[in-house]
Parts: sequence; structure tokens; C-alpha cells
Amino acid sequence: MTSQLKAIQFCVNGKTVHISEDEASISLLNYLRESLGLTRVRYGCGAGACGACTVVCNGEAVTSCDKILSDLNNADIETPEHLGSAEKTHPIFAALIEHQAVQCGYCISGIAMRVKALLDKEPQPSKQTLDSALDHHLCRCGTHVRIKQALYDLIEIKA
Amino acid sequence: MNVPIMNVPITNVPITAPITAPIQLAQSPAISDWLIFKPNQVHVLSGRVELGQGNLTALLQIAADELDLQIDQVTITGGDTRTTPNEGFTSGSLSITQSGMAIRWAASAARHALVAAAANKLTVSTERISAEAGKFLLDAEPVDLTYWDVIAEVNWGQEVVSLANPKSAATRRLTGVSVPRIDLVERIMGTPFVHDVQMPDMVYGRMIHPPCLGATLKPFDQKKLESRAGVLKVWRNGDMMGLIAESAHSANAACDWAHLKAQWSLPGNAPQDPIAAIRDSKEGVDLIHSAGDMASVSGRSVSHVVSRPYLSHGSIGPSAAIAVFKDDGLEVWSHAQGPFPLRDALAMVLDMPASSIEVIHHPGAGCYGHNGADDVALDAALLAKAFPGKPVKVVWSRADEFRCAPLAPGMVTRLEATLDATHTIQKIDVLVNSAPHGNRPGRNGSPNLRAAAFLDPPLLPSRSQDIPLAGGGGADRNAIPLYAIPNVLVRKRIVHDLPYRTSSMRGLGAHLNVYAIETLMSRLAMESGEDPFDFRLRHLTDERARNVLLALKKMTQHTELSLTGDGVGSGIGFAKYKNTAAYCAILVRVNVQERVRVTHAYAALDGGEIINPDGVINQTEGGMLQALSWTINEAIKFDGPVVATEAWVDYPILAFTDVPAIQVELIAQPNLPPLGCAEAAQGPMAAAIGNAVFNAIGVHVCDMPITHDALVNAVLNN
Repeated sequence: MTSQLKAIQFCVNGKTVHISEDEASISLLNYLRESLGLTRVRYGCGAGACGACTVVCNGEAVTSCDKILSDLNNADIETPEHLGSAEKTHPIFAALIEHQAVQCGYCISGIAMRVKALLDKEPQPSKQTLDSALDHHLCRCGTHVRIKQALYDLIEIKA
Repeated sequence: MNVPIMNVPITNVPITAPITAPIQLAQSPAISDWLIFKPNQVHVLSGRVELGQGNLTALLQIAADELDLQIDQVTITGGDTRTTPNEGFTSGSLSITQSGMAIRWAASAARHALVAAAANKLTVSTERISAEAGKFLLDAEPVDLTYWDVIAEVNWGQEVVSLANPKSAATRRLTGVSVPRIDLVERIMGTPFVHDVQMPDMVYGRMIHPPCLGATLKPFDQKKLESRAGVLKVWRNGDMMGLIAESAHSANAACDWAHLKAQWSLPGNAPQDPIAAIRDSKEGVDLIHSAGDMASVSGRSVSHVVSRPYLSHGSIGPSAAIAVFKDDGLEVWSHAQGPFPLRDALAMVLDMPASSIEVIHHPGAGCYGHNGADDVALDAALLAKAFPGKPVKVVWSRADEFRCAPLAPGMVTRLEATLDATHTIQKIDVLVNSAPHGNRPGRNGSPNLRAAAFLDPPLLPSRSQDIPLAGGGGADRNAIPLYAIPNVLVRKRIVHDLPYRTSSMRGLGAHLNVYAIETLMSRLAMESGEDPFDFRLRHLTDERARNVLLALKKMTQHTELSLTGDGVGSGIGFAKYKNTAAYCAILVRVNVQERVRVTHAYAALDGGEIINPDGVINQTEGGMLQALSWTINEAIKFDGPVVATEAWVDYPILAFTDVPAIQVELIAQPNLPPLGCAEAAQGPMAAAIGNAVFNAIGVHVCDMPITHDALVNAVLNN
């Protein structure tokens, strides 16, 4: 087991990271935020229930607060920092800005990652599929209507 | 972005705003208290803080408009004890009506001072000078002179009231338009939160918060906690224990371990059923309002008792703060609603002068009232004092947020209305029983910061005075019906004898009181065989109230508002928030099967002058959805004196798939003073749901939340 731990490595936003034995029991969320400074991934509940910490792992949207580094050998992780660039805003973020679709904004990074994973697999999901994906996320400000409309418009634009 | 079109005013009520100086100018009278001229920029200082509601964008619009500047020539700081005016708490939907008007006056004074300086320099009369984007015009023609060329010639210490003469509504350009939020790109694509701040040498603290007020810590082996991985220090004072660690991970792991090991003695005074205890309380009653002669009226009486459980503010991001203690004092980065009151409360606990503490607002997740933001700031301050020189960041866990933050109070409101033979209400008797709403830091002379109650000696919360009606009321907020009823008695009973920690949440008592009044109004309308709009209109003399209801009726034409009994129904609710702020009327349609699903929601709102229509619509949509969640989903659970709710699984809030289609229309009133808007929708939304549920299934659900169980009980008890 120990030798396996020493060998853990995975990819974050295209760069390979090596995990020391001491770090193996840290949650992916804490590692991303504290060790890599990727603070657009947010702590919300620590139990995978609110979706604020969602990242893309091997193409799937997953909550990072309840994943342990030792389980992620060879995984490919994407965080919100990887969506778009300073020069080119990612279409998901552009749609949210266009619709002024946040109040406090704490939930939005996780939602964007969930939608990214969905659209990568299924570029034109039905509204029902999209809504069901969003049900992994909590928003307390009541900005749901705007978030949904921004994403509906985005998908219709893509279509 | 989509700019909502304001609909044509139905009636422009011919009232001229009284020209009285904004109250904030008494404490912060100088232009320089509010505005700083920097090279090619004007910086606005507001004591209000941005909580995600968009208030700083609106305040900036007001300043830019009054100064004849463009939006991008103005910047703004909110809530910073080092620089901004002290404007108390950002609460009660008062940012625009108070801070906004102070800034409008200050900007007007600055503009007049600048024009006078320019006229002096050009040796012309001030009437010939105007300005555009900070460049002066002489007889409407460009001259080579800008604001920044003359700023040295202005006395910025002058009193605002001596110079201010704000523009008329007709000449405003940047208010009444949907300017995009100035903070929103950072919120969507950046790291704006205090949780995200990194500083050199930062360490990570956590408090092992006792499970409830009055709990005491049994013997605990601190040495073992000190030996946990990454722990730098364990701190203890009275029954409060905390730790500082080298990483967030090690702080959290050690804190989790300590929570598992800690044993507590709990106080034994908790009721079986807290809402029943509130209902049955015999504590003293305060008279809030009386009119006419209650004894003079007899007739058909209808009574009605409704309740709301304790609720959680339920911020998505648990409370967080950073504090650093240095030789010259304490600095705290906090997302609290009141940086100045927090400073004073910290000074009380830390026994140091407030002047040696600075509190700097830094965003958190939405708070929706007095949540754990202030408490975690004290946690960070206590640990920073124990570990001087290093910035200490404390981020509460989700369980801390549910268990330790102040709760929104449980309430029971009773109404009895008496009608005459024409089905007109001749008297109404309102009695609100409620746990306290007014426990913000410093409010009752004690800090009201959680950790303070466990120190040696403890600083216990003082007996809550609730909030006086002049401040919008607390338990009694919106308990006085706006309807023209000749004989009225309104009383409140603040129930102190329960062990739970409560304070202000968005809307305060308005959520339940509007539910109480408006579900009664619809019931009386039905029993009188009258349309619920018509019944209300017959009891309303306030023209703006009538117009909001008529606007809603127009938006929702042909909606059936009577009992269907087939599971699908619609209902309405109306209130003028605090009886002083925005008017809001809401209609919802529900589909009731095993549970309540709101499928459609429509709102009409008169907020007086609207600075940013899209901002008001966003706040109204948010208020409607949050109130929907409170009303049909939410209830805090207790285990004796302890909050048993620890995780979202215990406290389901509104899901994306349960969100209705929403339409909000604003009534344009550019010539009238702005009215607070952000909490106008909650009461009417709850009431509209209650009335729609009745029309769908034919029973009144009096006790929130209107869950599956509540529906079954209501049907069985009918």
C-alpha cells in the first residue's frame, strides 16, 4: 500500500502533479485550494451535497470535497481555472455574465464545471437533462431562473 | 445584457418628495466623507457592504449620474472602518434609501463645488458651466478644463448640505437603467471571497464550538490535541477551545478529532416542541398599535393561527474571516453586514479600544441576514490574539454554520377579524408570538458573538429588546395590516424563555405576518363570495397599493382564483414591506400532489425610483425563490437544546427542478423617493403559496413548512 501511495500522480488542468505520502489522505478540494492555489473551487459542505466544489474528473463532474487524493492515481482533473482564458471568456461564463446570472456567486464555479462536463459529452442536452444535472447543486440567493435561462440560451446558440 | 423594459406607469401618484437631508449626513457631513477625487477617477465611500445584492453598483450609478461622469470613471469601496462612513448594518433594504441618497447629495455638492471652481478659473458665471464625463463645457462648448484640473481649489471638507441640490428625475441618465453589476465578472470568474484570500505566513484556526449556549466542556486532554498533525497551538479560555494549524487540512482534521473527543454538559431547559412553546408562552405582551375602539364592534368573527419553524440562513459558503494581531492593533477581514458594529463588539470582548481595531469588508457567500459572519470574525480575532503577527484564517464547517450561527426565529401569529353585514372588516386583532429577531452584535449592549458566551468570564447575550417599529419592527414587522380597517389592535410577545440563539433573517417577522394577514384576506374573500383582488381593493385606500394589485391582475388576466380542489390552484399575496418600503403583489400557481410544486409565479412591484431595474428584478426573483424554499421545505430540527440540523440532507432547500417560471414587472415611479426592494417579495410569496394551496386542495395549511406531512395533517384535521 505504501509503495502505491508513493507513486500517486494525476493531472490538474493539463499539468502532472506528484503526491507525497503525507498528502495522500487530503481531500481533493483542500489540495486544489491550499496546495495548488486553485481557489475558484469552493468549499460548501464537505459532504458532496451542495456542488460548490465540483470539478471535472476523467470527463465526469464530481464533487472534490469528498474525494481523497489516494483514490485519484492517473486521474485527469479540470478546475474552473481551466475554462477559457484571460483573452477568451469560456462560453459558459460568457452566458452567465450576459444574463447577470448570480447574486453572491459562491455556487457558480461548481455549476459551470458540471455543465462543462455535460456539454462535452452531449452538446445539445434536453432541458430536462440540464435541469437534472443542476439538481446536484444548491443556490441560496434564488438565482436559479437566471442560471437556467443563461444555459438554455447557450445551448440554443450552440444548436 | 438584456435590459428589462419598464412598463408604463399605471398612475403617477402626484407626490413630491420632501427635500430633507439624508440622515447619514448628520454623522458624516463632509463631501470628503463620501467622495475622494483621484487622478481621472472619483472614488465613492459607502458604509454599506456588497452581499451579492448589487447595492454597490446602484450606489456607483447614483454617484456617476449626479457627477456627470461615466460609470467607468467611478469606483467604490463599501464598509471599511479605515476609510468609509459608519453606516451601521447593511440590512432592512436600506442601502439605496439611506446610503444612496447620502451619496446623491454628496455627489451633487461635489459637482456644485467643482462648477464654482471652474467658473472662478474661467472668470464666468456658474450658469454658463456644465460638464460631461468630467470635462467642463462653457456655454455647452468644450473648454480645456476638467474636474481634475480644479480639484485642488475645492474645499472637500465642506458640508454636503450647504451645497447639495440633486438633479431632477428628468435629467438623470445613469439611474433607472440596468447597468451590469460591477462585481459580477469577478464573482463568476475570479476569487472574490474572504475564503480565497492568501497572505504570507498565514495560519489556519478553528474553534471547537460548544453544541449550544450554556454547554460546558468536561475535562479534555489538550496535550493530545496539541500533538495532532500540523497543530501549532491549542488555545483555551473558559469553555471555548480552539486551535491553530499550519494548513486548512490539518486545522479541520484536528478540529474534527476534538469534536469526537469533547464531552459536554448540556443545560436541561429545552421544550419538546419549540413552536408549541412559543404558541403557549405566557411572557409579557407589548402593545404595538391600536386604532378605534375594539369593544364597539360585533359581528361575524373569523380567527386564524399560523406558525413558522426556526429556519437557517443557509449560506452556501460557511462563514469565514481572517484576523491578524500586531503591535498597533487588530485587523479583521470579514463578510459581516456591519463592519463598524462588529468592531465595537470585538472591542467589548477583547477589552481593547475600538480605535485599535479595523474591520475590512471582504465578500463571502450571500448571508440573508445575521448569520455566522460576525461569530467567525471573533473566532479569528481570539486566535489571532493568541498567535500574534500571523494572519489567522478561520472557515467554519457546514455543521458549524447550521448549529452555531443565529437561527431565524420560530413564530406563531394569531389573527381575529370581525366583519359586518356587507362583508367589510370592521376590526382586527393581531398577536405575534416570536423568539427574538434583534440580536445583532452590540444591539442589546452585549457583543452577541457566539464564542464570547463561553469565555471566562462569559459575555452572555443581553435580553433581546426586539426591534422597534421605527426601525421596521422585528417580530411585528408587517403585523399592522395596511388595509383600511377602523378598529385595530396589534400586539407582540417576545418569547425569551427558549434556549436557542436567534437573530435577524431577511424580512424578519414579515414572512409569517404577511402569510397570516394575506391567507386570512383570501379566506374572508372566499367566505364573502368575492374575488380576492376585489376584496382587497375594497379594503385599500393607499393608491400605490391598489395600483400594484391592479398591475398584477393585468399581468395574470383570466387566472382562476377560486377553489378548484383538483390539485391545481392559484393564489395571491400582497404587502408593502415594513409598511414603509416597496409595494409587492404576487400570484402563484401550484400543482399539489404528494407535495407542493409552484409552477408559475408573477410579481408586480412599486419600489419608487428604481436605480437599477435588472438589480431589483434579480433581488425580487431571489426573494420569491428563497421564500418559496422557506415556506414549503425548511425547518431546523432540535435535539433538546442543541440544533440537530448539521448537513444539507437534514435541511433540504429548493432544488433547480422545483423552480417555477417567474415574471416580475416594475412600476416606474422615477419622481418618487426610492423604497427598499430586496425584502419586499418574501411575505407576499409565502402568502400566495398558502392561498394557492388552499385553492388547489381545499384546506388551509397553517403551519409551515407546507411539506407532504403538513398537507396530510391539514387534510386529516380539516
